[in-house]
Amino acid sequence: MFDGREPLYVQIADQIRQDVLSGALEAEEQVMSTTQYATTFRINPATAAKAFAELVDEGVLYKRRGVGMFVAPGAREKLRAERRDTFFADVVDPVLEQARLLGIDVDEVVARLRERAAAAAAAPAQPTTDTPQAGAR
Amino acid sequence: MTGFGVEVRDLTARYGSTTALDAVSFEIRPGAITGLLGRNGSGKTTFLSVLAAFRRRNGGTILVDGEDPWENPRIMGGTCLIRESGDVVPDEAIKENLSFLADRRPHFDRATAEALLDRFELDPDKRPDRMSRGQRSAFGVVVGIATRAPLTLLDEVHLGMDAPARYAFYDALLADWIEHPRTIVLSSHLIGEVERLLEDVVVIDKGRVLAADDATTLREQGLTVTGPADAVDAFVAGRRVVARQSLGRTAQATVIGTQADDDARARAAGLELGAVGLQDLFVHLTDRGAGETADALTPQESR
Repeated sequence: MFDGREPLYVQIADQIRQDVLSGALEAEEQVMSTTQYATTFRINPATAAKAFAELVDEGVLYKRRGVGMFVAPGAREKLRAERRDTFFADVVDPVLEQARLLGIDVDEVVARLRERAAAAAAAPAQPTTDTPQAGAR
Repeated sequence: MTGFGVEVRDLTARYGSTTALDAVSFEIRPGAITGLLGRNGSGKTTFLSVLAAFRRRNGGTILVDGEDPWENPRIMGGTCLIRESGDVVPDEAIKENLSFLADRRPHFDRATAEALLDRFELDPDKRPDRMSRGQRSAFGVVVGIATRAPLTLLDEVHLGMDAPARYAFYDALLADWIEHPRTIVLSSHLIGEVERLLEDVVVIDKGRVLAADDATTLREQGLTVTGPADAVDAFVAGRRVVARQSLGRTAQATVIGTQADDDARARAAGLELGAVGLQDLFVHLTDRGAGETADALTPQESR
């Protein structure tokens, strides 16, 4: 876990954002403390604290003095709005670029998307995360 | 207690005609876990010995919590250096060693020591000189943690410890430090294992400081660039390249120093960027066979 190129605190923040987006962490739910993070993942607590500070600045988390960090009300909607803004540039455009390199027609890509969407509509979506973050309590 | 800070200016130490530390300057933040990284013979142990007032410096100044540590009872009483040997009384049972420490070390916590003995499966009735190397190292760790000195110096204490014991050491150190924050300097060759524990890093080579910064900043300075050879060459032109490999028409270059537009430029040129782990960065900085003399990364930004 946390092996990407981004600095560790960015990866931790991303993980929490992802858990908020997926609903694994709900509004007003307490997240792991910096010390729980540190001991669970064997990292310096300052690293976890830096991730939390970033999320507080963004309004994803808020601090209750003496109690801990909690998911801010509306954090999920806020993250969703942000992700929607960048979704096409970050996700769809690279898919098209790869498809072009591989000689896959756009119609094939669209057909695939429609097929998967139909399958997903038939089976209700499951939360996709099983990270320890969800089990902070 | 937040621990002693350390300020080193132009510190020089010599053994006869050998200069072990050549006018080094940097700071160690109070209350942080700092990694002291360097190859064998780089000057790490000399530095820690001077810091702990085990040996005298030949020049420069060293301030621990604002004072010269040399023959300074307050500073020496608050500094604990554990070297490879464990720095304990070898021919007295562990429990006698603990009583001795409890008498002399104001913050020593016997209950913590005993819990750690259990954790490392050490027998309190055993003498250090009758234990295996790994057990002696583990006992050194027990002493280093339970002494709770405001300045705790752990010099390659993991030697001889197997992987489960080392992970138990990292966990115990982190857990105790969270409860009782203090200044910890950890020197280790196992950079990959310890790097996430570190808040700050000092890299020493041949008696000089190559880098002194927080671990995140240091890590962000290294970048690998992979892709078609000409595109890689164009991307790294004019930058400090510490390693270059090629396989057919694909090349990978490792550069020190990142620029704000790196991601955009890489995407435009069809190049992939990767991280350089602290361990690789360390190898590149200190590899004397690489042709390039390892010069200081951020000589004036030392903290």
